[in-house]
Amino acid sequence: MIAEMMDKLVMYFQYPFVQRAMVAGVLIALCSSLLGVTLVLKRFSFIGDGLSHVAFGALSLSAILNRIMLAVSGAAVQGILGVFVKNQMLLVMPVTMLVAWLLLGATKKSKIMGDASLAMLSVGSLGIGYLIMNKFSSGGNVSSDVCSTLFGSTSILTLSDFDLWMCVIMSVVVVAVFVLCYNKIFAVTFDADFATATGTRAGVYNTVIALVTAAVIVLAMNLVGSLLISGLVVFPALSAMRVFKSFKSVVISSAAISVLSAAVGIVASILLSTPVGSTIVVAQLIVFIVFSIIGIINSKGRKKV
Amino acid sequence: METQIICNDLVLGYDGKVVSSGVSFEVHRGDYLCIVGENGAGKSTLIKALLGLNPPISGTISAPGGLKAAAIGYLPQHTEVQKDFPASVKEIVLSGCLGKGGFSPFYTSGQKMLAARQMERLGITGMQNRCYRELSGGQKQRVLLARALCATEEVLLLDEPVAGLDPMVTKEMYGIIENLNRDGVTIIMVSHDIAAAVHYATHILHLSRTPLFFGKKEDYIKTDTGRIFTSYAGGETP
Repeated sequence: MIAEMMDKLVMYFQYPFVQRAMVAGVLIALCSSLLGVTLVLKRFSFIGDGLSHVAFGALSLSAILNRIMLAVSGAAVQGILGVFVKNQMLLVMPVTMLVAWLLLGATKKSKIMGDASLAMLSVGSLGIGYLIMNKFSSGGNVSSDVCSTLFGSTSILTLSDFDLWMCVIMSVVVVAVFVLCYNKIFAVTFDADFATATGTRAGVYNTVIALVTAAVIVLAMNLVGSLLISGLVVFPALSAMRVFKSFKSVVISSAAISVLSAAVGIVASILLSTPVGSTIVVAQLIVFIVFSIIGIINSKGRKKV
Repeated sequence: METQIICNDLVLGYDGKVVSSGVSFEVHRGDYLCIVGENGAGKSTLIKALLGLNPPISGTISAPGGLKAAAIGYLPQHTEVQKDFPASVKEIVLSGCLGKGGFSPFYTSGQKMLAARQMERLGITGMQNRCYRELSGGQKQRVLLARALCATEEVLLLDEPVAGLDPMVTKEMYGIIENLNRDGVTIIMVSHDIAAAVHYATHILHLSRTPLFFGKKEDYIKTDTGRIFTSYAGGETP
């Protein structure tokens, strides 16, 4: 039985698309877990969900815009437009970043942008996105298109080289930003007022966090789809916070948890023929339960002593 | 005596709504200024203005001694976020040094030494690896005080430093602040506790819609408002 499974794994990992999925999956998991710690502590756990719905709306919009423009314009423009058609990210990414900046970076100015407006934005984009896809979709199979965008059921296995390189570059950028701004991110997350009063420009770092979050979420849509994205952002941080006590250990362990459960989830989904995104989320849920139990045992042990 | 901060005819408020107007006072090096007043009298708005977080509607805040913007150490009230924040004492104290670091992404050995010295000063060296959220109220205040001292030893701005502490710890906290003041740290403290303010402070600013009083503590006690509030608070000095 185990030998059979190993054979199956070895066979699958010979395919480039499986290798690509594994690399991209692990990298995205790493990035989202790093940001997740800050977002959870800043009480922005739901931002992943909201932004991914915005990205979903933008994705369907860009698909339809491209079709209209292709139909209207001549062959000369097609070269440039071709880039847009192939890489819808070029529209989706800026739109999502703008919304992220409005929500995270500019919260001090706009009081309306609270909890309710995030929900409104999220559901609004989802509705518009689905409406557009349903009415104007080019492919015949609308529901499978929508399903794969929402749940990422197949797209992780159909990554192109371009997608993979985007993932690699983004991950390098995210990790570099995080390491270089680590101390400032800590200060701004723990106490933004104090940080500002003593000369750290909290607004700048909030904006950086917002933009990077948007970028990671757009990339992560390929992995788990828009509906399950919050899982990637929230679970590793929450699990780590059950057990670890310092910011540094929480950041490191949540990165480790996230990478590990993404890898296990991808392997399991191949072996059991389950959808990739939901398998990863279930893996993270299991880790969370285990860590919660460890946390409870730890705190009980301390009380006895 | 060197003048550190001059506030001239401040109108305080937020979103264009005036909370308090005509606020003028001076802070000299080594002063212990207590800002008292009922809720909504503009105490926290004044703090935000002094810290540069929320500029006053009109009026000027100047620092003739060349006090830099980053030279006010701040002890805030506890926030919701900090209740379950996973951070060690050392990490929090170190973060007070950030304003001095410029663009350097990591802490320098000088900053680490400064943090170690301030932890020693407040007697929290032994708990530097403990988790902040598991400390008692008084211990948390010491940690935040050490962080503020890392930012500066010139002026400390304390926002309700004894809120939620039990009487023993409150007394201890006042003792720590008094010692810092003796070491030459200028203290600006916002407080509800008028009895303690009168006992420890050198100067009192009593805020209302318009400032009721600013001056030396000895004169404050003689005013009608001072008498009402001190007798109301028991009239007894701790």
